Amino acid sequence: MSSRIFHIAANTFREAVRDRVLYNLIAFALLLTGAAILVGQISIQIERLVVINLGLTAVALFGVVIAIFIGIGLVSKEIEKRTLYTVLSRPVARWEFIAGKFVGLSGTLVVNASCMAVGVFAALLYVSRQLHGSDAWVLVAIYFIVLQFLITTALALFFSSFSSPLLSAVFTFCLFVAGSFAEDLRGFVGLSHGLQHWMAVIAVYAIPNFSALNIINQVAHGNGVSGQLVFWNTAYALVYIVAVLSGAIVIFEYRNLK
Amino acid sequence: MQTSKLLNVLACHLPAETFVTLPPYSVARYNFSVPAIEILGLEKVYHVGFWRKRPKRALHPLSFVVEQGEIFGFLGPNGAGKTTTLKMLMGLVFPTGGSAKILGMDLDDPRMKAQIGFLPEQPYFYDYLTAHELLRYYGQLSGVNSKQLTARVDTVLEHVGLKDSAGVQLRKFSKGMLQRAGIAQAILHDPKVVFLDEPMSGLDPMGRREVRVLIEQLKNEGKTVFFSTHILSDAEALCDRVAILNQGMLRGVGAVEELTAGLRGQVEIVWAGTSVPPSLRSAACRIAGDTVRAVVPSDQQDNVIETLRREKLRLISVTPVRVSLEDYFMAQLSPDQPSAAAANGKAAQ
Amino acid sequence: MRRRRTIRIAAALLILSCAGSVFLLRLVDRLRENATLEETIYISSPRLLKHLSLGYEGLLADVYWTRAVQYFGEQHHNDSGEYKLLWPLLNITTQLDPHLVPAYEFGAAFLASRPPLGAGLPEQAIELVEYGIRNNPDDWHLYYDLGFVYYDLKDYAKASDAFERGSHVPNAHPFLRIMAAQTAQHGGETRTAQMLWTSVYETTHDPQIRDNAKSHLVSLTADLQCEELEQIVAAYRQRTGRNPSSFADLVRAGMLRGIPVDPTGTQYRLDDDGHVFVSQPADFPYSEKALPSGYVPRRR
Ligand SMILES: Nc1ncnc2c1ncn2[C@@H]1O[C@H](COP(=O)(O)OP(=O)(O)O)[C@@H](O)[C@H]1O
Ligand SMILES: [Mg+2]
Repeated sequence: MSSRIFHIAANTFREAVRDRVLYNLIAFALLLTGAAILVGQISIQIERLVVINLGLTAVALFGVVIAIFIGIGLVSKEIEKRTLYTVLSRPVARWEFIAGKFVGLSGTLVVNASCMAVGVFAALLYVSRQLHGSDAWVLVAIYFIVLQFLITTALALFFSSFSSPLLSAVFTFCLFVAGSFAEDLRGFVGLSHGLQHWMAVIAVYAIPNFSALNIINQVAHGNGVSGQLVFWNTAYALVYIVAVLSGAIVIFEYRNLK
Repeated sequence: MQTSKLLNVLACHLPAETFVTLPPYSVARYNFSVPAIEILGLEKVYHVGFWRKRPKRALHPLSFVVEQGEIFGFLGPNGAGKTTTLKMLMGLVFPTGGSAKILGMDLDDPRMKAQIGFLPEQPYFYDYLTAHELLRYYGQLSGVNSKQLTARVDTVLEHVGLKDSAGVQLRKFSKGMLQRAGIAQAILHDPKVVFLDEPMSGLDPMGRREVRVLIEQLKNEGKTVFFSTHILSDAEALCDRVAILNQGMLRGVGAVEELTAGLRGQVEIVWAGTSVPPSLRSAACRIAGDTVRAVVPSDQQDNVIETLRREKLRLISVTPVRVSLEDYFMAQLSPDQPSAAAANGKAAQ
Repeated sequence: MRRRRTIRIAAALLILSCAGSVFLLRLVDRLRENATLEETIYISSPRLLKHLSLGYEGLLADVYWTRAVQYFGEQHHNDSGEYKLLWPLLNITTQLDPHLVPAYEFGAAFLASRPPLGAGLPEQAIELVEYGIRNNPDDWHLYYDLGFVYYDLKDYAKASDAFERGSHVPNAHPFLRIMAAQTAQHGGETRTAQMLWTSVYETTHDPQIRDNAKSHLVSLTADLQCEELEQIVAAYRQRTGRNPSSFADLVRAGMLRGIPVDPTGTQYRLDDDGHVFVSQPADFPYSEKALPSGYVPRRR
């Protein structure tokens, strides 16, 4: 990794921290504490289920919102406010800028998710007084959620490399939702025919496959996934990110900064 | 040789109404092998509109050369295409045609980019950083040795007068302070060529003077300074040479004296009282309060003074008319008017 | 120039990684076949799901409905003969959107049938359709579907009753009244079954239900033809005192004009006991009489 990518990444992380992005952790902590206290009172059997489900869903939603909103700010804001001028007039290639931004935001999201993971385990410990072996799967679920964040960040970067911040946010959010139903969409497409079918197939394969990265429900019931799935999901996420980032780089290399 | 070839091209590109002959500047004056900036037929057409894009020409093919060690003024009114040219040189927008080299290297060459500094128009920086952090970050991006970085940042901040605000976040900076921070980041990594887009705009007179001093210091350090401005008096005092741009077209390149040579050779004579001797009625006279001002060609200066003495009028001052670039510029904007007449008219007011 | 090179490398990476991601996506899909569907097992309360859908339960119902149709289609295609998720999927679908009438029709057709052909859950099928009727009392299709479930269970009285109830709904199809009478009087007869399945075949919009009706009709026709042929065999036995060794014997005796073929155009076969049956029993999944003796439907 070139030192420039590292410096851009570090600066991005610093920006996120100074923009009080990590304050979301307070909201998250409050939510989990409230939930833990509540389920502790009402349910005997399902408290772990509720804590894992609620906790992991909150991790995913908080993270995605952050991924989208800072992710968009990454490029769009820098073009809009022209802070990019003084960066790109230095020995920094445009692709290095994209890569640095991606690494920086990914770091922010990983730190954020790690804090939330600690919160989830604390709540689990509180409601059931002990941790089970199967709780290790919660870590895998969080790992998959982080993979979703990284893909979402790459998409946010991609869209903001050519469209306005608002549109980028909308596009990215739509793809996140579509990605969560990716498997169903592939099912829908299987029912169509003709030219339409092929166009739909291409579109559907371009959507990120978040269905396979969402194992919250399974994990909440104490079931795990195969090591193979973890490996291939990781490979898929990495390759998908490379695809999206190279697309962003191609577009960004051609872009005239206004 | 490269430069002489370029001059030929240059001549072809100059619009017909340019009456200034190209200055015979000598490469030998500065003993550098490559020019700081060579621009060859650089042009830019923007496409505007959301759906059906209409072409909008921002810059006609532009060619000129800036030698190392020069202070070069890039002049023109708002919308002339100055920023567009600078952005193309910085690789921020891509030219529709033509090419350019800085220090003999391509515009996307990182080795070249490590040796230039750029102050954008109305700069804006990461406002969550302090001035010190901002400069450190930029220094890292420019590849400044990390051991020397802190010392270098302190020196530069002191140089632009931001030493006391080094630890203040940029969101609390005034416009003048931002401009200083902008200059600081442009010279931070000790670049050979410094590009400044409207460095004095938005500054108070004190600030403008400081920027002028700074540019002169840069020249004394052997750097090349290329700056754009729409305020001609800024350029007049500073520049070795200027290029004048209007509506995307180059209207002239040369030293300030050379460009304004055709407008020189007049004196302004001021005397007390309100009466104008009959022999001077033909000259352009203006009565202001209890003094009269007249502008006459310098070869008539002695005659006029003699006349005043004869009429017992008290002479107050005789000054050569300092022709400003502004006059030259006005003449350029209305090419069908003889430039001398334009200058005359202005001076006579 | 450097920039050109960057663009070329990025474009090459883009193409490679696009292809790679599609490949990996398919690999992951294969690795977790039906995994998303399996999750429906964990949904203990469709009501909770309804609250969690934040008011978009209609959309979610559509998602589950598609999952149900697809799940059935895939299992059917794979000949797996196992449909354990069909009931939860349809239950969730209709809990989310009680007015999704096609889901009831689908459930009636495939929940009740015996295992290789459906889920073999007639009670759930009846519960589902009754729930549908409670929520859509003015839709005659649901009574029709309910009648069918009972008919399949050979409970002709209840079937007739369901058709009868449906015939009173405004705008009900006139044949409901006829069906009510027919099932009441001639419930067990093949002709009745033929009439009912023809009506399904002609009225349904669902291709899977139509195919299903067609299988029924083909099987019924084969059953009818075998019945006729066995009567001829019986007549031959009366005349000669022994069973014909082949259809050729019957032709020679002038009792058949040629070797008989089933509705798919394949020749019928005859065993030593004088039993007539189809050569390809798998094509006649609902047949009760035209199968070889001792034939057990394939099941995985
Ligand atoms: N991004 C852009 N899209 C379309 N037109 C532009 C763009 N940037 C500048 N222009 C046009 O190009 C011309 C030159 O602008 P500019 O280079 O900013 O002038 P200057 O810096 O000399 O004031 C102007 O007419 C301006 O409207
Ligand atoms: Mg400008």
